[in-house]
Amino acid sequence: MGAEAGHRVQLGEGMTMHTLDLDRMAVRDVNQRLHEDAAGTDSDRQYEILNPMGRHAIAVGLDYPFDVSVRGHAGYYCGSMNKEASVTIEGNAGVGVAENIMSGTVHVTGYASQSAAATGHGGLVVIDGDASARCGISMKGVDIVVGGSVGHMSAFMGQSGHMVVCGDAGESFGDSIYEAQLFVRGSVESLGADCVEKEMRPEHLEIVRGLLEKAGIEAEPSEFRRYGSARQLYNFKIGNIGYY
Amino acid sequence: MCGIVGLYLKNPELQERLGELFCPMLAEMTDRGPDSAGIAVYRDDGQYATKMTVYSGDPDFDWDALAAGAGHDLGTPVAVERVSTHAILRSDASTRDLRAWLLDNDPDVRVMSAGSALEIYKEVGLPVDVMEQFGIEAMNGTHAIGHTRMATESAVTTEGAHPFNTGDDLCLVHNGSLSNHHRLREWLRRHAGMTFQTENDTEVAAAYLTWRLREGDSLSQALEAGLKDLDGFYTFAVGTRDGFSVVRDPIACKHAIMAETDDWVAIATEYRALARLPGVKQARVWEPKPATVYSWGRA
Repeated sequence: MGAEAGHRVQLGEGMTMHTLDLDRMAVRDVNQRLHEDAAGTDSDRQYEILNPMGRHAIAVGLDYPFDVSVRGHAGYYCGSMNKEASVTIEGNAGVGVAENIMSGTVHVTGYASQSAAATGHGGLVVIDGDASARCGISMKGVDIVVGGSVGHMSAFMGQSGHMVVCGDAGESFGDSIYEAQLFVRGSVESLGADCVEKEMRPEHLEIVRGLLEKAGIEAEPSEFRRYGSARQLYNFKIGNIGYY
Repeated sequence: MCGIVGLYLKNPELQERLGELFCPMLAEMTDRGPDSAGIAVYRDDGQYATKMTVYSGDPDFDWDALAAGAGHDLGTPVAVERVSTHAILRSDASTRDLRAWLLDNDPDVRVMSAGSALEIYKEVGLPVDVMEQFGIEAMNGTHAIGHTRMATESAVTTEGAHPFNTGDDLCLVHNGSLSNHHRLREWLRRHAGMTFQTENDTEVAAAYLTWRLREGDSLSQALEAGLKDLDGFYTFAVGTRDGFSVVRDPIACKHAIMAETDDWVAIATEYRALARLPGVKQARVWEPKPATVYSWGRA
């Protein structure tokens, strides 16, 4: 089926809501439609994607500042490789949500499965509930805010970016970490190799405050503790600090 | 890869619809395992103490003659119901006597399941074709467990498909691979007298659980012990007469998702297999934690 399965609703202030129904369109057609619309359109477009039913790779590779709402639980890799778009999943997300995000925002209102925001280069990923194992694995600049807790091996080999966890962190948190900065309000089950607790200075309070504000999550920044690299495991060269 | 699904009906009113609710779940897992499929169905027929599902590679196998011979030798009637390439034997003879009789008289007949409620059907082919072949959609029952296989370490055969029977009314399905199954198989052969029908790693895990249960472990204890002795990646679902159990290895890279309502509990490798169950939008949905045994019913 093609784009006829979608329909549009005129919203206020010149906004148009486009509805794409995955019970009537293939995921590939929905993604194609989003990519084609991005190639030649104005910016104030809103999309809602109905009946995700746990299907994989919904709204991936977007590169335009659309607002996309996925109404229900999504499968693997939802919103992955996102650039500029703002994707909201109204439900839970499967493995690899927002994987390799470059910019823009991916917001999960429920829980996220493992490897959320893995290898993310930039942008913001917000998970209102818990994220499971390996959240932010190999993060490369993405900011991640989790309203609940994160599972084991989260922020493994994190290179840069920030992770703010309002709940607890599982085993081996920040294992083999490079220069990502991690903030946890609750307990940390165990720290991974070369990850240590660090002093929470005023500039870190500001980072946490700013990210919580962007994520729309209310929490007191002073309750968070900071974790980062002891710089004993990798060859940290102060001359390269500007690249991190 | 591989896909696993399980559905346990808490609401007895749904038991008539077990097959109808279960089949779309397994079909959804086709692209995780298109080479073979298997289904374990639990339903209590009530008439006989023992129920055994058996399989022969010979499509013209004379099941009536087998049942008559077994009944004569064991001194108690053995009823037989042919279900495609499989057959269900029902009798008041014990599973042990019936199994021993088969081994002595028809060693090529494979015992797929033994117990009183469990039936196991498995075949090579697409899950929808396998389910149609055995008429799963029309089956009633209390719970069912299924598996779609993408073989990684042993041949694609009927015997190599999951579920594996691990003692009376117990069966095991597995997503993942075990790395110490050769050594463990040898150990179980030598020290526990276990026998094996295939080169399959999951059969080793099934034999391991059978051995632990024989030694007096509860199912939960056997699964806890498995966390130490079974090396590799796995999500296991174990069907029991009254429910099922789920456990993931401590690294937990093999996916699993569970959902529960007042009417049912379900597990699947991926959420999409659960997405059409009645009332799933109101269900509690969660990922089972690593190295943690979850059980339903009187498992």
